[in-house]
Amino acid sequence: MLKAEGLWFRYGTHLPWVVREQTLATAPGDVLGLMAPSGYGKTTLGKLLAGYLIPSQGRITLDAQPLPSRGYCPVQIVFQNPELAVNPRWRIDRILREGHPPQLQYLDALGIHSSWMSRYPHELSGGELQRIAIARVLNRHTRYLIADEMTAMLDANTQALIWQVVSAFAQQSGVGIIAISHDQPLLNRICQPQAMIRLNRDQSLKYAPKPTV
Amino acid sequence: MLTIANLSITFTQYDQGLRRKQLAVISDLDLSVQAGELVAVVGASGSGKSLLAHALLGILPANAQLTGTMEFQGAPLTPERCQALRGSAIALVPQSVGYLDPLMTVGRQVQRVGQLNGLPAGPAKTLMKRTFNRYDLPAQTPRRYPFQLSGGMARRVLVSTAVVTQADLVIADEPTPGLHPDVVTETLNHLRELAQAGRGVILITHDIDAALQVADRVAVFYAGTTVEIAAAQDFGTGNLRHPYTQALWRSLPQNEFVAVSGNQPSPENLPPGCLFSDRCPQVTTECHQARPEFRFVRQGWVRCIHAES
Repeated sequence: MLKAEGLWFRYGTHLPWVVREQTLATAPGDVLGLMAPSGYGKTTLGKLLAGYLIPSQGRITLDAQPLPSRGYCPVQIVFQNPELAVNPRWRIDRILREGHPPQLQYLDALGIHSSWMSRYPHELSGGELQRIAIARVLNRHTRYLIADEMTAMLDANTQALIWQVVSAFAQQSGVGIIAISHDQPLLNRICQPQAMIRLNRDQSLKYAPKPTV
Repeated sequence: MLTIANLSITFTQYDQGLRRKQLAVISDLDLSVQAGELVAVVGASGSGKSLLAHALLGILPANAQLTGTMEFQGAPLTPERCQALRGSAIALVPQSVGYLDPLMTVGRQVQRVGQLNGLPAGPAKTLMKRTFNRYDLPAQTPRRYPFQLSGGMARRVLVSTAVVTQADLVIADEPTPGLHPDVVTETLNHLRELAQAGRGVILITHDIDAALQVADRVAVFYAGTTVEIAAAQDFGTGNLRHPYTQALWRSLPQNEFVAVSGNQPSPENLPPGCLFSDRCPQVTTECHQARPEFRFVRQGWVRCIHAES
């Protein structure tokens, strides 16, 4: 279980609260959808859960233990812009091995070509680089994956391909996913019923039933 | 108003030492836009969408060679003419506030666009205020700096920059990714209004859903070529002609959400035949022999030998 209890966060003591009293929980193998307009603290919440930011109040636990403060974090986040999530001076093979070496079957499934390995990030297109960023976290040390607008910049075909692979990985390895997106049809596709969360203006989490398609 | 036929763009790059290589980033690209029409250009990243915009604005890098024809209002678009027309007759709605000057209020910037188009300062300011008002921007918006705008307000300011030019052709480059659905619809409606006012609009996007909300016609790009130009309603009615367009439509989450495996061919080694042949479910030996011609089939254009009327 990945649990967040009573999270509060602001970027500075004189700045407004971005995350207020958030509580949520997700289990291995579940896909939780998170939807809200821009500026409602979705990405901040994602960063808190992945250990990029420390909550001002409240706590995050993974199987009743706090997140490890060093080493590979079992909660990984994939951002919208892969260009900003990889080291621009590293070649692709080094980027892929930054955490734990990825499994070959996922490289194949994502359509990652061996000729990309010796290239630099700027020599790949956005869709190609996002697949690298995703392949990097598809290893057995990842327990929860936060997909923050992971496919918003990509064409429909690449989006479908990536979600196919990520969903298969999550099911096989019992990885829980939190999908942050504006795309209602996409969330309808990947989330289990009753697993769609909307952030409200008062910033409290509220479960919304999945609309029937 | 705008006709592009058989456009090819090749970059010359130094490979190793003095050895040079040619990258055919756009090959046999076709597109036309009428006055009062909104044409969406959709395709994956690397399919040549943004390069087309750069070619129309005449801002390609110096190592690019351009062949084929680009005609705007009956005369060829030469580099000199591009330079004269850009910002006046051909305008760009940029992707994000990153394209604005961060140290200048947005009011001044939009006013300046009017002045660069020959208006004196007073009328340019009035035009700026009228345009902001038209887009329901709050009264204090002209005094705001770009970083003080919300995502939705920023879109409206960016559309305003194109509106004050009175341009006949407006190119919007990826105006919607990562925005909330309400802001997306609002931005698209503004573009639609520009077309209704008699301008030609090119909407460059990877979001088919967004394109279909407002476009009259949709041009589908793949690996630097136009594979199909279809009417927007052809998508919903299943009247699609090219296997790639069909695959793209099927891969939407609200449809089947299935992907075609593989990648776009890289510009360094394009196949001699159809550019989609290595991923196409309908491929035959003929497909590998030559690039298919652009044909008129079922009221739309397609570059596939298997499309039947």
